[in-house]
Amino acid sequence: MSIISESARATGPTLRARILKRLGQIRGGRYAVISIPGLWLAVFFFIPFLVVFKISLAETAIAIPPYTSLFEFDLEEAMLDISINLGNYRYLFEDDFYLSAYLNSVKIAAISTFFTLLIGFPMAYLIARSHGATRTLLLSLVILPFWTSFLLRVYAWMGILQKNGIVNDFLMSIGLIDTPLTILQTDVAVYIGIVYTYLPFMVLPLYTALEKLDGALLEAAEDLGCKPAQTFFLITLPLSLPGVVAGCLLVFIPAVGEFVIPALLGGSDTLMIGRVLWDEFFLSRDWPMASAVATVMLIVLVLPIMLIRNNAEKQGESS
Amino acid sequence: MSFYTAIEPEQAEACDNGGVSVPLWRQEGAEPFVKIESVTKNFGDFTAVDNVSLNIYKNELFCLLGGSGSGKSTLLRMLAGFETATSGRILIDGVDTSGIQPWKRPVNMMFQSYALFPHLTVTENVAFGLRREGISRSETKQRVAQMLDMVQMGHLGKRKPNQLSGGQRQRIALARALIKRPKLLLLDEPLGALDKKLREETQFELINLQYELGVTFVVVTHDQEEAMTLATRIGVMNQGQIVQTAEPHEVYEYPNSRFVAEFVGSVNLFEGRVVEKTPSSVRIDSRDAGTTLSNNHGINCAINQLVSVAVRPEKINISHEDPEQGDNCVRGKIEDVAYMGSLSLFRVKLDNGLEVRVTKPNLMRAAAERFTWDDLVYLSWDEDSSVVLTS
Repeated sequence: MSIISESARATGPTLRARILKRLGQIRGGRYAVISIPGLWLAVFFFIPFLVVFKISLAETAIAIPPYTSLFEFDLEEAMLDISINLGNYRYLFEDDFYLSAYLNSVKIAAISTFFTLLIGFPMAYLIARSHGATRTLLLSLVILPFWTSFLLRVYAWMGILQKNGIVNDFLMSIGLIDTPLTILQTDVAVYIGIVYTYLPFMVLPLYTALEKLDGALLEAAEDLGCKPAQTFFLITLPLSLPGVVAGCLLVFIPAVGEFVIPALLGGSDTLMIGRVLWDEFFLSRDWPMASAVATVMLIVLVLPIMLIRNNAEKQGESS
Repeated sequence: MSFYTAIEPEQAEACDNGGVSVPLWRQEGAEPFVKIESVTKNFGDFTAVDNVSLNIYKNELFCLLGGSGSGKSTLLRMLAGFETATSGRILIDGVDTSGIQPWKRPVNMMFQSYALFPHLTVTENVAFGLRREGISRSETKQRVAQMLDMVQMGHLGKRKPNQLSGGQRQRIALARALIKRPKLLLLDEPLGALDKKLREETQFELINLQYELGVTFVVVTHDQEEAMTLATRIGVMNQGQIVQTAEPHEVYEYPNSRFVAEFVGSVNLFEGRVVEKTPSSVRIDSRDAGTTLSNNHGINCAINQLVSVAVRPEKINISHEDPEQGDNCVRGKIEDVAYMGSLSLFRVKLDNGLEVRVTKPNLMRAAAERFTWDDLVYLSWDEDSSVVLTS
């Protein structure tokens, strides 16, 4: 028994060392590993973004595709014509419609993120404090909704929230209200839809942060005179902040550009940038304008993230 | 010394009392500071602490010594209020603590992992307890500075815990636990995470600090050496029970059971039957030793009772010549020699196969070379050196 385990111990590290050595021999093996996701991002994110950006600098045309091309090369006169149209961007800032769509999207996303955090934190806390089988069960319950199509789940909410839906039926049957509430096709329905859909994206990073939290720290805080509420605000919350930030970003960013939920649950006055984008592309068929909207949205979303990351890195260095 | 400025007048007084004459625990009828009254703690089917009663006196540095799972940590956590006793009660300074939440107890704890708050600086960590009490900023600042100076960490106030070494963290944890001037300080394996050299230094600092502050310390440890150096008294725990409570030398020299004898230090045990008994001595016929062993302590046992004779390795004389002593003398062959610098350890195999451990201080340079492998040697000890154990 002991001989077997000893020999395993003896070969274990040498085997690993051999593999590592072999890996090291591949010149730039590290870069090879990194290049796979890099290539993925380049092909499926960066190049499409450049295409969209390029379209945003063109003009609408009745053609296929429905925009003018940026470069025109005249073989006979050896002339390269580059026409860049910034008019779409100017229009974007001149018309209040786009600005209010951006602001409204950010507002709806921010409020939804706040409620997701409010609901997600206790859930994540409970999961992190549970043990063994219970923890596995709770975690799988969080992930379970992904087994059903997102679209179907949003349609289900339409059934739940409509005038003769489950919520109204229940409230009327217990006599709380006389006439059915209008929930569907209001901002409230959009909030409910977003909070419901993105809750797992909040719970999982929070759970990861809370799970790492050392129980002795909470006991130490209590030992030094903290009531449970104080312990939460002075210890638990600050230490789970990375999880809070990650969860909020994971909810906020897709929520800003959300299209399906406001389209299905929201009313005609629920103005969100995702719907504007859709309308520009498919109703007005103004691809350059739609591309400009998309480009600005990306910048609006990426800038704050980069600032937060930068800040976090600086803090990481100082500590 | 500057230490005294940090101490309340009553505590300073307590210090003085602690320093003189007979310690409280030796006085008949002295009032205990911590009274543990037949406390039991069950976790489901498992009994972690089994009907423990214990008195701890003011200014004591009491060590709970035991292996893992002996219930020592559970007992400590009950004193801190993190666990509630299944039955029995604990009084601290005359107050029944059942139902008192951890944050309301006049007790602080130094955690085994130190549990320093990683997002706060050293100063903020130490100030944490005072801020919760609502003590003014200026007073907090002054007391924190004093406390940090006391543990010689004044220059590291702005660091975060992850920028400190293990020894520094230990000091900060100690400072944080002491700053509220608790009546009782609980220390869970306080030196467990330090390396040997640092541990030795810190042991003495801890004793000095405890003496200066006059706070009652309860230390949990699995390290018998640590318990021996630190403690005023040791409570040896096994399977949820306290098997012996005594001063360190007593635990070592007069263990009350085979468990204590084997757990604290190393020991040679010879089983045998009592053949002769007077009020002040016994003779035991031991098959293990292959001879009769005698002991001049008054033992409560019966003729023909099966007992164990315990002899510490350092109390055995080793010689090449037969000391011609009737009892307490066995013969064997040196099986193994371990030279350990200040002393040498011999493993001697008796004629009947039993192995006996003997240590011998290397008083002279060549001393270690006098005994070597396969030497035939005689091992002998005084009547007074052994302990007869009935359990």
